[in-house]
Amino acid sequence: MGTQLTNVIKTTTFALALIGLAACSSTSETEPTAPVAQESSGESAAARAARMEQERLERERMEEERREEAALNTTVFYFDFDVAEFKAADRETLVYHARNLASNPSSSIRLEGHADERGTREYNLALGERRANSIRDFLIVNGASRNQIETVSYGEERPAVRGQTENAYRQNRRVEIQPAG
Amino acid sequence: MLRLICTAWLALWLSTNVAAAELNIEITRGVDNPIPVAVVPFSWDGAGTPGEDVAQVIANNLRQVGEFQPLSRANMLSMPNEESEVYYRDWRILAQQYLVVGKVSQIAGGQSVQVQWEFFDINRERKILGEVLTGDMSQLRDIAHEISDVIYQEITGRRGAFSTKILYVSAEGAIGSTVYSLHVADYDGRRAQVLLESSEPIMSPTWSPDGSQIAYVSFETDLPRIYIQNLTTGQRRQVTNFPGINSSPVWSPDGSKLAMVLSKDGSPDIYVLDLQTDEMIQLTDHPRAETEPSWTLDGQNVIFTSDRTGQPQVYQANVNGGGFPERLTFDCFYCAKGQYLPDGVNLVHVRRETRQDNSYSIAVMNLETGRVITLTDTALDESPSVAPNGSMIMFGTTYNGQGVLDAVSIDGRVKFRLPSSQGDVREPAWSPYLN
Repeated sequence: MGTQLTNVIKTTTFALALIGLAACSSTSETEPTAPVAQESSGESAAARAARMEQERLERERMEEERREEAALNTTVFYFDFDVAEFKAADRETLVYHARNLASNPSSSIRLEGHADERGTREYNLALGERRANSIRDFLIVNGASRNQIETVSYGEERPAVRGQTENAYRQNRRVEIQPAG
Repeated sequence: MLRLICTAWLALWLSTNVAAAELNIEITRGVDNPIPVAVVPFSWDGAGTPGEDVAQVIANNLRQVGEFQPLSRANMLSMPNEESEVYYRDWRILAQQYLVVGKVSQIAGGQSVQVQWEFFDINRERKILGEVLTGDMSQLRDIAHEISDVIYQEITGRRGAFSTKILYVSAEGAIGSTVYSLHVADYDGRRAQVLLESSEPIMSPTWSPDGSQIAYVSFETDLPRIYIQNLTTGQRRQVTNFPGINSSPVWSPDGSKLAMVLSKDGSPDIYVLDLQTDEMIQLTDHPRAETEPSWTLDGQNVIFTSDRTGQPQVYQANVNGGGFPERLTFDCFYCAKGQYLPDGVNLVHVRRETRQDNSYSIAVMNLETGRVITLTDTALDESPSVAPNGSMIMFGTTYNGQGVLDAVSIDGRVKFRLPSSQGDVREPAWSPYLN
């Protein structure tokens, strides 16, 4: 009795899986066939190449837009302990921010520099400023205008995260890009 | 006989520990030879009860500086309130060296009180002094501090600092809705009052040498700017508005100048503002960070932190310009926030020995011998501030994830923690003598 029921369930599951597979394969097949259908409608090779190129450019443009959007949405940059220079991995993101400022001359931002709580407060204020300045200088070199950027250091006075763990410290050593106030 | 004394000492030790717990006093290393002092409860002659236990305040004061061991009340063999009731034998048997007795009386029909107190040397069997102090009922705590100052001076030869105040900053509430407050309180953290409250950070409170004014950094305009506030009138003014950092104000010993940090020319440098003429001179000019100025006792030099060699170290420069700043600290990974003790020889600073040890302590370095004494063993110690008599250093540290204020005796042997309020407290600034 028990084994019978189990077998019924097994069979049903297998059947359902098959249906699922069929559904998948049918949808995945229809898409690539669409351009093939168009080709057979008499398009010349040159026109086809141009169109392909167009499509490639369009894809690239959209990819670039996505990348730019992601970059501009990245507004917090993290720093290593006792280091004032931003990480090499953030260069590309910052270039997008610089270009965005260059192409929107009326826009402006505020760079807020922060430190983790280790060390003295006034020295951390200096460290936060140095971090904000390192990003500011890079933005200027890459096209932003100096008067579009205000910097302020909060030192260790405005942590992003409370606590005395390495993880908290990592999140507190940062520069935030904020809209200018 | 011997057994009796031993039992008494054990009881004394136990009761001291109980009192210590209530007061947040933590004797970290103990004192080799604390001076035994008996402070007998003062009698009260008046309606109801007095607002303060004057004798208890005195005993707490003496215990907190570490050089004294006040006798537990439970072990007193007699409770005299004036000279005629004092039997020296009662105190000699308990190995006491000094005795303090007194009476508090309400002046008929008023809010005024009179405190009559006397102070005895047990070994010499003589009265050292006696005096009568009067004041408002609400000033009993001030009177107790004044008496403590006199006792301290009589025994040690140094002026007491129990009538002094502290400034400190607190931060309360969740991230994003933190409220920053600047407080003034008695040196022991009692009777705290809020001087300023802001949704933006407040930093670096400091006293004018005469104690009438304070300066601090407030971010209330969204930028760090220096303000001076008069404590009597409450009047305040913004002192600086330069681009970049405006921070670390500190008065010259004669009160005529304010040293500060400005980063208007690209990196933080030390400047000195003449408060009478508004003339500003630049003391350092270096592309790295110069910060945390503090004056030498003669007002001729300013010491500061600079990371010109890569890591923060303490330097000293002449205010009249000329000459290269002299480096004062060498053998540490991170030495910062230096300031002289009143002896002009010892330099208090925040110290991290090596990159690996990852721990910031309060240390004192003798500039003549180069000897360094590390006073604290907590990991995140900062903002040392010295009592005007040089007996103790108060500093900010972290305990159970909270910012707290600790004080440590100058020999590092006694430490006490100020009663914790809510939230993080930090940046204590010990006042000059106020009386």
